[in-house]
Amino acid sequence: MEGLSVVAANLKVFLQPSQSNNLTLAIFRELSALLFKYHDEFDGVLLAYNVHAPENKGRILPGVHPFIAVRLEAKLLVFSPKPDMLLEGKVVKVAEESIHVIVLGFSSAVITDEDIRNEFKYKTKHGQGLYVNRSNKRHVIKAGTMIRFVVKSMNEETLHIYGSLIPANTGSIKILEKSSEHTNTESVTINSTPKKRRSKEQGVAQITEHGSIVKDAPSHNNYDREIKKPRRS
Amino acid sequence: SIALSFLLTSHAAAAITREAERKRRGRRRRRRSISSALLLLNPRLKSFPSRRLIGVPLLLTLGGFITRQVPLPLPSLAASRISFDLPSIGFNFRCVISLMGVEVATNYAKMEEDISLTDSQLVYSFRLALKSVSSGDTESYRRLVDVMNPSGRLAPDEAALLLTSTKALSGAVADIDDLHHEKLLKAIFNLSLWNFGPDVIDALLELIVSLAASNGKHVDSCLDMLVSNFTPPNKVLDMLKQPRGLEKKERVLPRVHAALKNISELVPMAASRLSSIVLEQMPWKSKRNVDQWSMKRQLIYVENMFKLESGAIREFVGANMLKDVMNVLRDLDVAIGWDDILHDDSSKGVFMIELEDENYADGDEDADADGKLPSTLSEKSLSKNLTAELLDSLMVQTFEHLESSVSNKRLSEVFDTLLSSFKDTVLNTYKSKFTQFVMFYACALDPEHCGTEFASELIDMFVGGHNPLTSRMSAVAYLASFLARGKFLPPAFVASYLGRLVDWCWQYCVMHDGDMNPKLHQVFYSGCQAMMYILCFRMRLMVEIPLLKSQLFCMPIDKIFKHKLDPLKVCLPSIVEEFLKQAKAARLFTSSKTFVFEDLLVSNLSRDFGGLERLDMFFPFDPCLLKNADSFIRPNYVYWKYVRTTYHEDIDDDDEEDGSDGEVEGAAEFDDDMEEVIISRSYGDNDLEMDEFDYAMNKMSITPRNNSSAGLRMPSRIRPSMSPESL
Repeated sequence: MEGLSVVAANLKVFLQPSQSNNLTLAIFRELSALLFKYHDEFDGVLLAYNVHAPENKGRILPGVHPFIAVRLEAKLLVFSPKPDMLLEGKVVKVAEESIHVIVLGFSSAVITDEDIRNEFKYKTKHGQGLYVNRSNKRHVIKAGTMIRFVVKSMNEETLHIYGSLIPANTGSIKILEKSSEHTNTESVTINSTPKKRRSKEQGVAQITEHGSIVKDAPSHNNYDREIKKPRRS
Repeated sequence: SIALSFLLTSHAAAAITREAERKRRGRRRRRRSISSALLLLNPRLKSFPSRRLIGVPLLLTLGGFITRQVPLPLPSLAASRISFDLPSIGFNFRCVISLMGVEVATNYAKMEEDISLTDSQLVYSFRLALKSVSSGDTESYRRLVDVMNPSGRLAPDEAALLLTSTKALSGAVADIDDLHHEKLLKAIFNLSLWNFGPDVIDALLELIVSLAASNGKHVDSCLDMLVSNFTPPNKVLDMLKQPRGLEKKERVLPRVHAALKNISELVPMAASRLSSIVLEQMPWKSKRNVDQWSMKRQLIYVENMFKLESGAIREFVGANMLKDVMNVLRDLDVAIGWDDILHDDSSKGVFMIELEDENYADGDEDADADGKLPSTLSEKSLSKNLTAELLDSLMVQTFEHLESSVSNKRLSEVFDTLLSSFKDTVLNTYKSKFTQFVMFYACALDPEHCGTEFASELIDMFVGGHNPLTSRMSAVAYLASFLARGKFLPPAFVASYLGRLVDWCWQYCVMHDGDMNPKLHQVFYSGCQAMMYILCFRMRLMVEIPLLKSQLFCMPIDKIFKHKLDPLKVCLPSIVEEFLKQAKAARLFTSSKTFVFEDLLVSNLSRDFGGLERLDMFFPFDPCLLKNADSFIRPNYVYWKYVRTTYHEDIDDDDEEDGSDGEVEGAAEFDDDMEEVIISRSYGDNDLEMDEFDYAMNKMSITPRNNSSAGLRMPSRIRPSMSPESL
């Protein structure tokens, strides 16, 4: 899955004087307000952060309201899908005209029938709609399937992704993995494209059922915050 | 007419070339023939002589093509509305081919052949109609907008048309663009589901959900539309209580909530938008007048908010719903005028006023005559006040919701939210009148858990030096009123919190070795007043249980009152008076000075410590004057009228005030009182039972069991107790 990256950032937060008795909590609150929103500065959606204050103190700004400015160093997990990136998500609804997917538990993606390759045919079985691959009857996309798709565009305000299943390397992940295993055992050299290399460096993120990310990766990506489903206080 | 037909054919041809993008190559010829065939059937082309002749076979071929799922170039027939019926063949059906798509309104029973287009063909034609708007061809689009703008009651075929169009639109949502299809979207979002039958409602909701899922820009409007359907139109609003209205409510609301759930499943971020949208669309907002309409609308709106709170998406919106409801209650509360004349005018004591309120609460019609109570805040005047009525109904709704939470086993999480909302808003609301009874009732439903949490929060807030002054004083006033009035609170519970309060007051005395100063030691004086208030209500109960009695007598109460800070002078005179009377009778504490209050309710000193907000006279859980809400509260409430004080005359004893003649501690007299006490179970405290057994045992012994600091003396009289329990 592409589009996830860990960014190191130097941040500055301004805290209200009333929060001075528990600055750590105040810092977390400020940063948590940024979660699951698109930010131009990070060029993506902030999903998680790991922060510490190098100086361990904050400066009181002069002025009518003496806010406390705290410098922070943070590692941020940013999600920035760009066109032609491969994303993975869970299918929640299959209709004749569209497939609705949820990516990372918070972003809704839709793939319209124009963007589904002709190999896939819509069928209704047991009252449920599903897409079956004509060439491989096992390849089925229905509600609950994890699929891989290509990003066409993303609406930054609403975090809505428009996807496409036209390229050949898209579809149900299980089937794709199986078929790639077959091809891997045949050829010794692995074809590593620049995209794949980038994602390897960033660490492969395992996406579990509920969209929470569990990290099992190279050492420098050592953040331990789990991504939660959007909760609004 | 020939020219017209050529025109139409060319139009059809143009449409067909447009469709050349579709990848169904070989069937173009067939489509052309179909379109021209349909043209021939056009009844407007009256000059075609062979219309009838070719009618039937054409129809059959048409049917044949249709069943093989050929997409028909229907938009090409946009210019005309073709309808034909064929009575001569004996087919008793009417087939209406509308420009949007083909909708077969098969109204009649006898049908030999079913002509219908598949859903996919219908959807396809709709999509074409939508797409064609950007290129300037708005004819079909405009007709679609008309269909989605139904007015008045729908005839069955209109309803069927709406139904089919909606279903087809659901499939075509990907092509709905907020720029080009503004009118259509507006029409859809203005529909009120309350006017339609169940299948139309289902179809419309399906459309809304698909719309929200297809494009993030539509999510807000879809949620807006759903929330606006929380309240019915005025006609239905009138008859909500009747069976017809109820039936409509049952038809619409569960479906709306299901649609909200579906949207949040498909679009996770939608749930976060929902809370703010619900808040925005509230029918009644603060600083507005309440009238009959807004009252009814508000009631059903809050009903929906509670449904959301306990429904499928409660994880995301539940807490906010509760908080918003509490805010509405508080806003209504504040909007009801509170006249301080009530207290300042009459010279009656705190406890006397309540007796008069009691009369009103009992529905005593004649009480009006004797009351010196000003009429601003009495139950009678409140009943004419619409704001009060709305608050009353909303509180009843809240109580019922709390009861249903108990049955869902959700009371503790609901209570957590209520408590945090209470701390944020109601606690600091200047003299909130009735909203706090929500907390009271919740504690009544679950005294062990909720009651304990509530009391602990209050005492922690009071004791915590970092809290603002008014919050602390407010908190202790709430605590005192709660412990005094909660019938469901066992005496041991009251005693433990009283103990904490007394300990704090004594610590304060020790630390602040100063003179009396109402303004400086406001917190202290409010704490002392709280102590006295609780004891006025509960002293008798506590003294009757030996364990609690000993606890009570161990508390440094007399030390506090004899301290330099002199709380007895500063606190509210009526409370001080009552407390002294009771304490004397119970031999708990007798003041060395006599206080002559002249029946004053307030004194200057108490005003000083009360501060601007008169927190010296703040008794939050005084009887609730809202009739319907009060009926919930009553069984759990302690009325002053029914409180047995320690100097109360006992049923068996004519000679009441044994301790009223001047002199101080006589252990003898105290023992006498105890012997004569009849333990009645008017409060239904079941945990008295074990203590009572001990007590009954104790009564049979003659050794003095009073271990107060008063000198022990042998009882001068030993009488057999009259109480049946000891026998």
